[in-house]
Amino acid sequence: MKVLVAVKRVIDYNVKIRVKADHSDVDLTNVKMAMNPFCEIAVEEAVRLKEKGVATEIVVVTVGPKAAQEQLRTALALGADRAIHVETDERAESLAVAKLLAKVVDEEQPGMVILGKQAIDTDNNQTGQMLAALTNLPQGTFASEVAVDDDKVHVTREIDGGLQTVALTLPAIVTTDLRLNEPRYAKLPDIMKAKKKPMDVKTPADYGIEVASRVSLLKVESPAERKGGVKVASVDELIDKLKNEAKVL
Amino acid sequence: MSILVLADVHEGQLAGATAHVVAAAKAIGGDIDVLVAGEGVQAAAEEAAKLDGVTKVRVADNAAYAHQLAEPMGGLLVELADDYTHVLASASTTGKNVLPRLAALKDVSQLSDVLAVDSADTFKRPIYAGNAIATVKSDDTLKVITVRTTGFDAVSESGSAPIEAVDVVVENSQSRFVKEELAQSDRPELGGAKVVVSGGRGMGNGENFKLLDGIADKLGAAIGASRAAVDAGFVPNDMQVGQTGKIVAPELYIAVGISGAIQHLAGMKDSKVIVAINKDDEAPIFQVADYGLVGDLFEILPELESKL
Repeated sequence: MKVLVAVKRVIDYNVKIRVKADHSDVDLTNVKMAMNPFCEIAVEEAVRLKEKGVATEIVVVTVGPKAAQEQLRTALALGADRAIHVETDERAESLAVAKLLAKVVDEEQPGMVILGKQAIDTDNNQTGQMLAALTNLPQGTFASEVAVDDDKVHVTREIDGGLQTVALTLPAIVTTDLRLNEPRYAKLPDIMKAKKKPMDVKTPADYGIEVASRVSLLKVESPAERKGGVKVASVDELIDKLKNEAKVL
Repeated sequence: MSILVLADVHEGQLAGATAHVVAAAKAIGGDIDVLVAGEGVQAAAEEAAKLDGVTKVRVADNAAYAHQLAEPMGGLLVELADDYTHVLASASTTGKNVLPRLAALKDVSQLSDVLAVDSADTFKRPIYAGNAIATVKSDDTLKVITVRTTGFDAVSESGSAPIEAVDVVVENSQSRFVKEELAQSDRPELGGAKVVVSGGRGMGNGENFKLLDGIADKLGAAIGASRAAVDAGFVPNDMQVGQTGKIVAPELYIAVGISGAIQHLAGMKDSKVIVAINKDDEAPIFQVADYGLVGDLFEILPELESKL
């Protein structure tokens, strides 16, 4: 079966972000960018499914600016077979991305689509679910285990309070949680080979989708700073402070 | 304005989160209906009817909604949503699973993890792991919103709203519940606890987490963990506090052997008082801690337990 994986270019998760002085957004100039960590897990899972003989082809797709092709090349170096880049410089909201991905699903007819559970920039946690709704496919969100069995996939999901397993009829949409797997690193020869793998470049207009946002970003602020605390010297002092100063005991 | 709140139900009981979501709905203003969906949820519906500010409770009690699977729940909400201007749910794993399906089916955007209401169409939400707060305005006719429960104080249980049955049944042949493995615990629920004691990689192993038990017992606290502790297999993942785990904002948060990575801070930095116990006095956790104690946790924890 063909597996489609969606990836997103985001600010590197180790970077401490800065809010622009005019509060219009977060400052992304000269900031290190990378593949969203949950997307790396999605690519890894697809590659493992291929190694098990379950997946026959891995197609990786992204919606974003030209620079996002770097992340597609990374996915190709990790084992994806070909890439689709839907190029747009607009701030694409989850719904627009889901609509574009739904068109790609229509065209490619994959047996499974794997996405990360959320992107660490917008922290939305929406796209996979929206894609499932738009394609009328079942969803296995926050997956920590994926097992394909004939025409079904068993997905173990991380839920509040523990784990839940659901059986979904294929084709299905799966979103990855952190513990699904440990992504591998791309090897140099694979990075070189990835440069020759096919990449289709499209635009939202090719799919007849408007990327314009429905939600306007009015202001971005830094969260309230916590005021500097004190170090205490002993357990007795700590208990005393908690009782008499902070009054939380 | 009329608002539909999707109740969180666990094993037939109403989860505490729902009272916080009703508080967010009150901040928006208008009639507030609560939808309780599941199998055998009559008791949960009666609990929901007591929540202050609720106009009526709608109950969809049917095997189709057992375990609140996303496919039938999305279908149910689509049927009901036309009567409302806002649909709200807590940003629990259920709310996050179900609401984006509704939003897409209604062709509207969703606002995730809203922590403050500016007006009926303008909200505040955290982005970049809580390192920035965005004020966003939705132009959609239907606002689909998940609520960060720690942003709103729970409403009281002084109401008595009428309960009515919803007879919509959504067929679902696409997904099937197989099993659930829930962690057993007598302690307060992590998300709602007044005190949280969390351990990190510094705890060394799972066995050492027992050192937190006595302290948690004395304080009536829930026990949490950092991602490092979960990944190392010390404790199960539902104990994880952070961007990708639970978001908590207790009165007192005690971080033991936790360095304080951005990812972890995103889950606890709205706590009222933060205490850090760490042997590394350079650990970033000390930058957010109100009280820091530098030292060996294996000596400090037993002493703390005995002196509390």
